[in-house]
Amino acid sequence: MKRGFLEATTLGFAHALTRAMFAEQTARQRGLLQSLDPRVRLLGLFMLVLAVTLSRKLSVVAGLFALALVIAVLSKVRIATLATRVWLVVLAFTGVIALPAIFVTPGHPVAALGPVTVTEQGLCTAALLILRVETAVTFTTLLVLCTPWTHVLKALRALRLPKEAITMLAMTHRYVFLLVETASQMFESRRSRTVGTLKPAEQRHMAARTAGVLLSKSINLSNEVYLAMQSRGFRGDVHVLSDFHLTMWDYCGLLVFLLAEGIAVWMGR
Amino acid sequence: MPPLFELRDVCFDYDDVPALSGLSLNIAQGERVALVGANGSGKSTLLRLLDGLCFASQGTVSFAGQPLTAEHLADDGFAFPFRRRVALVFQNPDVQLFNPTVFDEVAFAPLQLRWSKEKVLAKVSETLELMGIAHLRERPPYRLSGGEKKRVALASVIVIDPEVLLLDEPTATLDPRSQSQVIDLIQEWKGSSKTVITATHQLEIVEDIAERVLVLEAGGVAASGTSAEILSNHELLLRANLVHAHRHSHGGVVHSHPHIHSHSEHEH
Repeated sequence: MKRGFLEATTLGFAHALTRAMFAEQTARQRGLLQSLDPRVRLLGLFMLVLAVTLSRKLSVVAGLFALALVIAVLSKVRIATLATRVWLVVLAFTGVIALPAIFVTPGHPVAALGPVTVTEQGLCTAALLILRVETAVTFTTLLVLCTPWTHVLKALRALRLPKEAITMLAMTHRYVFLLVETASQMFESRRSRTVGTLKPAEQRHMAARTAGVLLSKSINLSNEVYLAMQSRGFRGDVHVLSDFHLTMWDYCGLLVFLLAEGIAVWMGR
Repeated sequence: MPPLFELRDVCFDYDDVPALSGLSLNIAQGERVALVGANGSGKSTLLRLLDGLCFASQGTVSFAGQPLTAEHLADDGFAFPFRRRVALVFQNPDVQLFNPTVFDEVAFAPLQLRWSKEKVLAKVSETLELMGIAHLRERPPYRLSGGEKKRVALASVIVIDPEVLLLDEPTATLDPRSQSQVIDLIQEWKGSSKTVITATHQLEIVEDIAERVLVLEAGGVAASGTSAEILSNHELLLRANLVHAHRHSHGGVVHSHPHIHSHSEHEH
């Protein structure tokens, strides 16, 4: 039986999540980012993302992109991984948004494609938009690839993100795997009992019913998890162990991040 | 001295579907009790009532002479000592394992009970070693096998050294080796003042984990007795759907009789 859109999407999502789990292997390697305290990593990369969004000059954003590449190499992150999982995907999505800017931005014409004209300013605007998104997403991906999820959460907590938000993030990360696995099993089970090709209307009904059952299961699961938390003393206030220690190396790292951000913001005004 | 748990005429419904109806029982401190019954007989509901996670629609439940009610559990003065003394291991470990790593999972209860950081670190490490899962400490629980998940779930409650351990189908879905490890762990509590209440429909483990057996049927206690008394009453076990008629042939003659598996041997 041919896979429907929803089933293919769910299985693709499950596959992507499985790959995400293997990102933890990169996080355990010895590299530049991995050697820094998670709080410094989080704060430093966040500041660089901020610098990317504040910079108005293409050359400055290109410089930040080059910095991201250097950090990736020194942190043992494979450039091929970034290219296939980040840059191509971002290019596909941002390219669609940026493409009209090439034609509609008034300015000095550089080429003519039939009735429309490509302008220099249009090309610069589109390039700036794409490069900004590529660079910001690369910095964010570096954080995720080089930091175990638990450390990201602890670092967020240490940076005073509300406990409720941390709990929600942790639970979402944990149970999205379980729900996707459940959805995949439901589709497999259905396929094993279906012969021939279903009509589109039947497929839609099936998908709607599956979504309903999954929602019902997720509500039941969340209730059960809450009871399990209560059973172990949860009273609405999360307590976590935070055993991070800042060293001189971390302070140096933070200083470098601050300098890079300051220079980029100043030059990119 | 009052019984540890005292239940009188307890009723509990799930959306008008009765799970427990008129159930009464006492459990003394240090007792090792098995709750046996077929699927849907009310075992899991009873464990949740004993852990103060749901409350009787009728009747009374008390713990160490104090009423086990939602109002009483809203009081930190009662709730913290209660959660410290009573712990439940859920049937589905995926429900219980919600932390990002095994270490965080085992540290969750001590942290909620406001233990000091040093004590939490020491106790968690000790428990991980005891359960033979120290090598899993940085692993996310969702990437573990079924047996490993069960051991982590057990570790996550044993870490606080509770006086009462409530176990919901602790060996269900486990392979024989993992089952044996879990049973060994329960037996290690023997001789101490710990109370262990285990819900199961696997009769083959009952003798190993309990001295007293309560047979639940249709939300009530159908029978109570020692493991030997209950396990030898085939009529009762057949009625409670805990054994099945085993049909086979000898020399071309087909006959049937009750069928039971014990932990160490297989009886016909």
